[in-house]
Amino acid sequence: MSTVTKSIFTPELAAYFDRLVTVYPLKRSALIPMLLYSQDEVGYVSEAVIQEIAKRLDLFDLDVRSVLSYYSMLRTKPAGKYNVQVCTNISCMLRGGYEILDHCKRRLGIEHKQTTADGMFSLEEVECIGDCCSAPAMQVNYEFHDELTPQKVDEILDEYAAEDRK
Amino acid sequence: MPRLVSHPDEVIVLKRRFGQGAAKIDRYIALDGYAAAQKAIAQGKDAMPGWIIDTMKASGLRGRGGAGFPTGMKWSFVPKTSAKPKYVLVNGDESEPGTCKDHMLFREDPHAVIEGTIIAGLAIGAKTGFIYLRGEYRTLLNIMEHAVADAYARGFLGKNIFGSGLGFDIITQTGAGAYEVGEESALMESLEGKRGVPRIRPPFPAVVGLYGGPTIINNAETIANVPHILLMGGEAYCQLGSERNGGTRLFSISGHVERPGVYELPMGYPLRKAIYEVAGGILGGKELKAVVPGGASCPVLRADEIDIGLDFDQLAKCGSMLGSGGIVVLDETVSIVEFALRTIKFYQHESCGWCIPCREGTDWIKKTLTRVYEGGGAKKDIETVQYVAENMMGRTFCPFGDAAAMPTLGFVKKFRKEFEDYIEGKKAGTPLMTEEHILVGAGH
Amino acid sequence: MADVTITVDGKKITAPAGTLLIEVCKTAGIEIPAFCYYPGLSLQAACRMCVVRQEKVPKLQTACTTQIAEGQVFFTDTPEVVQARKATLQLLLGNHPLDCPVCDAGGECELQDMTFKYGAADSFYAEPKNHREEQKWSPVVYFDRPRCILCYRCVRVCGEGMDVFALAVENRGSSSIIVPNVPAQLAPDNLAQLDCEQCGMCIDICPVGALTSGTYRYKTRPWEMNHVATVCTHCGDGCKTTLGVRSTSDGSQIVRGDNRDKSGINGDFLCNKGRYAFDFANNSERITQPLVRQPNGELKPVSWEEALTYVGTKFAELLNTHGGRSFGVIGGNRLTNEEAYLLQKFARSVLHTNNIDHHRTADYAAFAQSLAGTAGRGASLRDTLIAKAVLLVGGDPTNQNPATAWNLRSNVRHNGARLYIANITEIKLRRQARAFLHVAEYGYGALAEYLAGDDSTSSSVTPDSAALASFRDALRSEESLLILIGNELRGAELKRLIDFGLTIPGAKFALLADYANSRGAADMGLLPDLLPGYTHIGPIDTADPASRIALEYHSPTSPGLDLLEIFDAATVGNLSALYVAGANPVARYDVDPATLKNTFIVVQDMFLTETAVLADVVLPAANLYEKSGCVSNSYGDLQQVKKAADRAGVRSDFEMIVRIADKMGADVRKLVPFGPGSNSEGISADMGQTRGAESGEADRHAVWLTANNLEPRLSPFDPSAMLDEIQRLVPGYKLLRLQLLSGNDQHLSPAAVPIRDDAGLVQISNRRDLVLPANDTLFTSGSLTRYSASLNDLQQNQLRQPIIQIDNKTVVD
Ligand SMILES: Cc1cc2nc3c(=O)[nH]c(=O)nc-3n(C[C@H](O)[C@H](O)[C@H](O)COP(=O)(O)O)c2cc1C
Ligand code: SF4
Ligand code: FES
Repeated sequence: MSTVTKSIFTPELAAYFDRLVTVYPLKRSALIPMLLYSQDEVGYVSEAVIQEIAKRLDLFDLDVRSVLSYYSMLRTKPAGKYNVQVCTNISCMLRGGYEILDHCKRRLGIEHKQTTADGMFSLEEVECIGDCCSAPAMQVNYEFHDELTPQKVDEILDEYAAEDRK
Repeated sequence: MPRLVSHPDEVIVLKRRFGQGAAKIDRYIALDGYAAAQKAIAQGKDAMPGWIIDTMKASGLRGRGGAGFPTGMKWSFVPKTSAKPKYVLVNGDESEPGTCKDHMLFREDPHAVIEGTIIAGLAIGAKTGFIYLRGEYRTLLNIMEHAVADAYARGFLGKNIFGSGLGFDIITQTGAGAYEVGEESALMESLEGKRGVPRIRPPFPAVVGLYGGPTIINNAETIANVPHILLMGGEAYCQLGSERNGGTRLFSISGHVERPGVYELPMGYPLRKAIYEVAGGILGGKELKAVVPGGASCPVLRADEIDIGLDFDQLAKCGSMLGSGGIVVLDETVSIVEFALRTIKFYQHESCGWCIPCREGTDWIKKTLTRVYEGGGAKKDIETVQYVAENMMGRTFCPFGDAAAMPTLGFVKKFRKEFEDYIEGKKAGTPLMTEEHILVGAGH
Repeated sequence: MADVTITVDGKKITAPAGTLLIEVCKTAGIEIPAFCYYPGLSLQAACRMCVVRQEKVPKLQTACTTQIAEGQVFFTDTPEVVQARKATLQLLLGNHPLDCPVCDAGGECELQDMTFKYGAADSFYAEPKNHREEQKWSPVVYFDRPRCILCYRCVRVCGEGMDVFALAVENRGSSSIIVPNVPAQLAPDNLAQLDCEQCGMCIDICPVGALTSGTYRYKTRPWEMNHVATVCTHCGDGCKTTLGVRSTSDGSQIVRGDNRDKSGINGDFLCNKGRYAFDFANNSERITQPLVRQPNGELKPVSWEEALTYVGTKFAELLNTHGGRSFGVIGGNRLTNEEAYLLQKFARSVLHTNNIDHHRTADYAAFAQSLAGTAGRGASLRDTLIAKAVLLVGGDPTNQNPATAWNLRSNVRHNGARLYIANITEIKLRRQARAFLHVAEYGYGALAEYLAGDDSTSSSVTPDSAALASFRDALRSEESLLILIGNELRGAELKRLIDFGLTIPGAKFALLADYANSRGAADMGLLPDLLPGYTHIGPIDTADPASRIALEYHSPTSPGLDLLEIFDAATVGNLSALYVAGANPVARYDVDPATLKNTFIVVQDMFLTETAVLADVVLPAANLYEKSGCVSNSYGDLQQVKKAADRAGVRSDFEMIVRIADKMGADVRKLVPFGPGSNSEGISADMGQTRGAESGEADRHAVWLTANNLEPRLSPFDPSAMLDEIQRLVPGYKLLRLQLLSGNDQHLSPAAVPIRDDAGLVQISNRRDLVLPANDTLFTSGSLTRYSASLNDLQQNQLRQPIIQIDNKTVVD
């Protein structure tokens, strides 16, 4: 088993990974969860993340890159502290998803896949997030927000901004 | 958080514990939880697998993930003995646009999924079950992980479940954003830490699946049904539905209706009633234009085609599909050209890229429809779109190609006139997208 | 599996159950198009070109994944099938550049061929194609993304075939792209690159022009070249390489090496050297005129006539005055068998000396003597692909014998062969090994003893006695074993290992060496103590068939000086002449140039090597790609070498030896039995003058005769005349001429004639160890290395790699 002596992760996450690789019949199975949790902690899948994960799983870096580039939630560039993901797929579109998206763009002053200057918010238009019956919907860092109106979006974003100030 | 809805026409089996705090294990147990697993174990080690599978066969339950394959039969394909470990894999990847029913299950009744997984494992002799949720369901994964931990704490999972001497483990995890990973073989690849590219079949998963062992893969809703079926009896469950379509199912009704939501309706329930009564009719009293009856990959139905029962066979007969039960309702203001474009944009974005017809076909349909949408279309483009879609049908490596081609064909065939008019400058409906939305955003 | 009968397009075909339909059809002459399918690599079913209609099955099926079963009925050419293929091509072509006239693969492109066949060239898409800039991934690998059709052949051949895993797919859907393992952000110049063995298999296997060769691209068009199949000069595996040759003002130039029809002993494989390192031939430093040292010490270009006359006269004079014992002859490992044979025959019968040797890269003498008296124990390279169990002791095939490594990997992958490896370093092939034994330094001898049953040596092999014991147990339980031996094992150690192997009934052996004809040089008797075929030198016994060669040669009956002794003789002033053909002993054996100052030196070479600069006469030589003949690889697989290129001014070693002999006044007809009825006396040598031609002419004439299945023996420069004699006299070289002429390899295993216990004969145990391996890596080839621009580029490239990944990973499936 590969041992990683100097981890770039927090001790908690490193310990979690140590366990995670033992859970599955093949340790490679831990790859996608590891990528996600690393992204949550580091903010994105950095080169250092790729290399450490490859080492932990006895994979080539290239293998990790190949897998990670397949999944649309994984990113190799930093995002804002709050990643706002607005669904515009069919159910949401019918209920005003694009209006919500445009509203976010105006309100945050950024475009798709951009981050606000203060690094607080980033914005992304995404495909269906599985909240169709409460459309239009969006996620902010995995948290669902739905039955959105521009006004509601403002309240939500205000709340996140306030939370950050705390 | 999606709202809980109800309607008097609902036939409640799966939703029995919704809104009652059943994510807490004590509450779940109080509501008959884990009784089905124990009932199965009580059959005795030797009789148990046969009893479970017979009950499932009698229930007439057909997979809720999309294809509607009879669940009992699927389980019976797993060889009795196997050199490699067997597995149960619960498909909670729910990514079909218009579908959010598994979402409700994971949130409202996580233990039902766990119990169903245990029973499936008992039926085929698996010692490990995996519950794979889509990446966007992190908050739901947290709920599931709590529930799994509680089940371990009670001895419902682990080395000696329910004191039976049998062992069963459950591992939960999420994906990271990929619709194609909902396809069962791509799901296995993803779970093994690879790109979500499907596998060559045969061999089928029941024979060679996860880590090379025999594996049954079922949708989360299919699995959550299992404890209910064992408790109420296969026949009783079957009776609830229509011919060759046992039981009830969760329908996600979304789009232009007054009361969108996840409703549990008996199989065969009339579509018209589902829209006009259960979901409260068309939003703002407008006219119905079209319905996508089972999630984005099912061919669209025109307003005059909705007098039909919601089951696999009736929808197949009229050239569409029941799919994942995601009913998307379009009112008169919708431009089909625009809707078709948004749909193919999704498939183009989600194609895994493995095989030529799907990878290139989705891309060319999207490009061509985009040009049409932007006003640069010619009549011949409709032909091109149709030609490409027809040549994807049945030619791709996995059913994704069909899933992308079928709705496209549905739109251009059933609304051909609207496409022609659009190309001639007579645009129907109120646009929801702008040109900018087409050029940037998801899929770029 | 049992045979089953299926029907394809109305034709009944019988084949083993479970065979892939695409293979069944190919054998039956029914063509099924495919991009992603490639025999021996994992199945993809991704391109969907191979679709066929199967009776009673709703969807079209892919022939590449369909395993046949009794009674199946298929249709491969219905309008529906043709339409499906056409549509798939149309989709592909939508984004594929249609600039075939300037594409490197034009004329050799599977997409082009299929488009032609299915008539899918009409594009009905109005959108612009996605354009991307071409990328240079290494000095030899270029990638042109828009041409890529994502068949994943390159990814598979690199991973599954080469065990390198330097290529992968990134992104998904229509953004999918093949990428190399060093991403742009990590590369020194911010351009993605390949950190790999640079074998070029990805280029070879690419069905279109997406991956192209840095050495060939944009140089010419496939149809403007002559394609000559010959044998690579670089290592002891002896791969077939097809050289693309184009005429130039001063001869003809090789512009490409590849593995065109995959029909050679190397199957699908070719390494970077076989593919790119032909370019030494075009090096500007090449000598193309004879050089003779002038009184002022300078080497001055002279005419061939002048140079040869000088050498001949001088040799004759020195022979007269000092005798054959004062001559030393050193041959090379890249000479053909005919040349090596001729050289030693010249030494022994014209110069009357056994002072002949070559730069030995493996101990073939001990190998042959260890196998003396056995039959059928010599392994062929082909055995590495099918042997059920293989023991590799020493050596590092990945670097030194890449085709052997490829075959071993393929054998493990396809047949589950059991590979046992004992080595003092953790060679890369251990990743395919069932058991890897890490041997202590200098531990091979002890290992051989231990395997043979002497437990007392255990601790000298490895501290891990349990691992060692189970290693031996595993070997002993094998019914047959292919034993591959690195050149580290020599003399008594080598014999010991072979003795152990001989206790396993079905064991076969091979000794791995460095160059194209290292084995042949030894087989042909470039040795002071052994005549061709490892026939010992000793008192002539007319009754003993082993004395036949010596009898014909009238050669001295006691062994001559070996390579080092030759230089020792020079040091003490006893070497009047040194004749070197295609070797660089001065550099290899670190000879002090001063020792040679009183020796008349003649060197035949392509370049002014360390040895050549000391010579009195330097004769510009043709290389292996510029002549005909045959060579024997490490395994004793004999193959024909065909003349591919021409260089004005140079001559083959064969011709030079004959001309020198002629100038010395020797009877050339005795040396080379040529001409009709060559056994009869009276026909004078046609030295080419009668046709008013230079040497090349005779060769071309030979090519014509060969092409017409005639055996030309009309001139003394005709190697096939020499081959007649080799066949007649050299034990073990019982080859089939027709096989050879039709381009097939033949396995020969010349085991030595058992040595009589006569006193005075050198035994394995006390024979001096003169083996000096070249220790070539993937990017070196002895002295040739520095003259090959491509090898130099690759070495430079390797040095600047920021990370080297290829060695230490285990790949989880
Ligand atoms: C492109 C594609 C996406 C799919 N996505 C899902 C999904 O998100 N969830 C699901 O349960 N099944 C999905 N399926 C169906 C699965 O392949 C599989 O049929 C199903 O999980 C089997 O379970 P069931 O028999 O319980 O329906 C998808 C199929 C395809 C072809
Ligand atoms: S149809 Fe082909 S490209 Fe599309 S998702 Fe399936 S395998 Fe991938
Ligand atoms: S060869 Fe069969 S799909 Fe490509």
